[in-house]
Amino acid sequence: MEKRLITLNVNDQDYELYINPKTLLVEAIRDHIELTGTKRGCDTVSCGACTVMVDGMAVKGCSVLAVQAEGTKIVTAEGLETNGKLHPIQKAFLDEGAFQCGFCTSGMLMSAVAFLNETKNPTEKQIRDGIEGNICRCTGYNSIVRAIEAVAKGKYTEDKA
Amino acid sequence: MNKYTVINPHEPFRVLNTHVHNVDGWAKVTGRATYTFDVKLPGMLYGKILRSPHAHAIIKNIDYSKALEMPGVKAAVCGKLDTLGIKQGIWRRYKDLCDEQILPVDKVRYIGEPVAAVAAVTEEIAEKALELIEVDYEVLPGVFEPLDAIKKDAPQLHEGFERNINVTRHIEWGDADEGFEEADEDDGKGGKKGYIREDWFRCGGQAHMCMETRCAVSSYTPDNKLTIYHSNQGCYYMQGLMAGVLGMREGDIRVIGAYTGGGFGGKFELDGAIFCSAVLSKKCMKPVKIVYTREEDFIATKRRTPMFYYTRTAVTRDGTFLAREAKVFTNGGAYTGMGATALYLTGFFHSFPYEWKKGYRYDGYRVYTNTLPSTSMRGFGAPQAMWCSEQQIEWIAADLGLDPIEMRRKNSHKEGTILPGQATIASCGIDQCYDEITKWIKSKGKLPANRSIGISACGFMSGGIFNWFDSPYSFSSAVVTINQDGTVELHIGAHDIGQGSNTTMAIICAETLGVRVEDIKVHSGDTDHCPPDLGAWGSRQTLMTGNATKMAAENAKKQLLEFAYAQSGLNIVYDLDIKDRWVHAIARPERGEDFGQLVKKALRGKDGQKIIGRGYYTPHRKGMISPAYSYMLQGVEVEVDEETGKISLIDSMTAHDCGQPINHLGLIGQLEGAFSMAAGYGYLEYMPYEDGKLMNPNLVDYKMIRAPEMPPANIAEIDTYEPEGPYGAKEAGEGLTNPTAAAIGNALFHRFGIQMKECPVRPHMVVDALREKKEKDAEKK
Repeated sequence: MEKRLITLNVNDQDYELYINPKTLLVEAIRDHIELTGTKRGCDTVSCGACTVMVDGMAVKGCSVLAVQAEGTKIVTAEGLETNGKLHPIQKAFLDEGAFQCGFCTSGMLMSAVAFLNETKNPTEKQIRDGIEGNICRCTGYNSIVRAIEAVAKGKYTEDKA
Repeated sequence: MNKYTVINPHEPFRVLNTHVHNVDGWAKVTGRATYTFDVKLPGMLYGKILRSPHAHAIIKNIDYSKALEMPGVKAAVCGKLDTLGIKQGIWRRYKDLCDEQILPVDKVRYIGEPVAAVAAVTEEIAEKALELIEVDYEVLPGVFEPLDAIKKDAPQLHEGFERNINVTRHIEWGDADEGFEEADEDDGKGGKKGYIREDWFRCGGQAHMCMETRCAVSSYTPDNKLTIYHSNQGCYYMQGLMAGVLGMREGDIRVIGAYTGGGFGGKFELDGAIFCSAVLSKKCMKPVKIVYTREEDFIATKRRTPMFYYTRTAVTRDGTFLAREAKVFTNGGAYTGMGATALYLTGFFHSFPYEWKKGYRYDGYRVYTNTLPSTSMRGFGAPQAMWCSEQQIEWIAADLGLDPIEMRRKNSHKEGTILPGQATIASCGIDQCYDEITKWIKSKGKLPANRSIGISACGFMSGGIFNWFDSPYSFSSAVVTINQDGTVELHIGAHDIGQGSNTTMAIICAETLGVRVEDIKVHSGDTDHCPPDLGAWGSRQTLMTGNATKMAAENAKKQLLEFAYAQSGLNIVYDLDIKDRWVHAIARPERGEDFGQLVKKALRGKDGQKIIGRGYYTPHRKGMISPAYSYMLQGVEVEVDEETGKISLIDSMTAHDCGQPINHLGLIGQLEGAFSMAAGYGYLEYMPYEDGKLMNPNLVDYKMIRAPEMPPANIAEIDTYEPEGPYGAKEAGEGLTNPTAAAIGNALFHRFGIQMKECPVRPHMVVDALREKKEKDAEKK
């Protein structure tokens, strides 16, 4: 297949990529743009390690082609902090110890942020359903749920200002 | 959502057991942590492995010449042409247990075993090139279950292993037969004096399912040195094993594994990624990266050891445990690996956490089959042991009309319990665990009809004493270096696979030196810069590396305080200490000076040499198994849909004795995480094989606990003091993989009177058991 020139906007930065059209979004982000915070943990769209935000929605980066994401705004774990200041969800993950090996964390953070943007005052069940697509083999999820809950309840609101 | 309580808390520390963030946290929540999976070196090639489609076959010939002709392919290798053919194993002290060639020379023994590998400029080309490799196999009959493999006419996997018996293990203390005889005596009233129960159980395998699949980047350079980035649980093991198979000196190999995406017992043996990438790199002198796909990770790594368990137990009528004997046949798969240790430990922990008045006897047989090799996995044989033991104990209590908690309590280990020839228990908080779980059960009141509670007890080791790796070095070592500005470098060989050992060691170092966690930089996971350590397995790091770290920090501190004394002019009876970077006389805390200032002066006094403290730990006079044991009791509230057999976990409570907690956040995370993995083993994670082929090697069909399935994981931490551990600490986070499956089984027993003898308990098994129970009950009427 003939390669194509596309532009992806990742973390507010435009990247010009000359790629095979069947390149997955996660491959473009990891292998071409070289933002390796986003991981891959399966080949079956099951684990959520490659989750990124596309126009504010959580999307598994292995389930879409890079060309399909042209013209969108993509955010990865590397794009959550601003000027060295952590996003509330990152602080909450640190405070709750909501990661261990850290391999699922980037994807988990993106699912969490997308979920929090969509759902105001979520119940615990809603939070759990919100991250159902992300596997974490280490934590047993409860610390992650506590972290998302803390952000939802406004524990870190002063940080947003 | 979760409740965390502390029973008999110790005096508070400055750093220890406070709310300390994970020291690698910043890197992990910002996507900056670089795993082996992310490593990219200049000029790097990508490798792919050709795997055996046969469970058992002779390799007659391999021809990779056509693959080499493909544009972009830079190297191809196979066992016969490109390796020394050395049989290796992590039990390297025992040559007969070194039975695995990662690229076999003449025979494959399981589906998915590597047979050849290719390196190319892209992964895609490497994968295509595999199709051009011609392998001529002579297919042999395979054998897949241990009870078939021990038959006389079964196909033989390895020469010299009669009936495919790979390893046997025998554990015995006291006189178990005497206990059985006593129980079997007539009581003069037409009955027996005691009660004997025997059961057969079957325990399944379980995939480690690390989020980061096995991967490695090897770079062999013309000066005959090899650098390897590898996702593992102990870089020193990889250095030693790779030196062995490549015929190199350990010192010429550097292994780096800074961040590891999970291990769980599956990443401290050689795997295809590290071996094949190194052999390919040596052949083409370019860096080669190999990353397993999820399917490869399922079919061609290792798994928790499946077991057949026979257990027979004798008790008195009032529930005193007299004796137990157990016989176990494990499905060892094709090679030994860490399976030999799992075979011993399952037998040892099958006795836990109880005293056996007359005796205990265990015979284990590890059997080769043409399936994925079985090995250690979090819990190390104990989840299987407890699945059988803790259910049978529950059934015995019911058979005798005794309270299952009180029956367990009166037979449990206590401080000073001696397991003859094996261990002496120095700290044990299980008695209070029974109190806490009883309270929790009472607090639940009357449960809805479809719910019930099951409990299970257990204990676990804090590191292994055995040295099957034949390491000439201390089990753990640490070096503490104090820089001129008062910052501290801590070099350890411990391996942080996510369990938080870097944080735990930083906490121990900071507490001991009297500085803050943020003053400490932890260096681990690099054989060039870190002292050798037996790595992350068997819950050894907190106690062993913790002791080494504490010793190194104490040593550095002593050098500083000697200087402080010299310049202070204080009466020598005064004791000096450092807390919060303030060096002071304990009796006059207001008089003192800043830690950093003192360090600067002390360096001048040493002609500019840095202050360096060294520490080590090698266990002595602590028995056969481990220097210390954790204890725990877990209660699980289970809901069952009688129609479908579907199990849901509603709530849980764990009463837990890990001595002095060190890393507060890490402890909670480890207990919750162990529980989720243990629950998966109990009712979800199933590895079905058909003729040696794994039927669900993907994350769609291999079911695990996800967020909605996870119940609250309440914890009551029983603080005891373990004299052998740093600050009184012992194991936490592996032991809790042990009780849950049995607790789920016990909940089913209490609600329905069904006895589940196979785990994981799948819905159809519950439905079948309920139907059988109904039929039996109808017959009785």
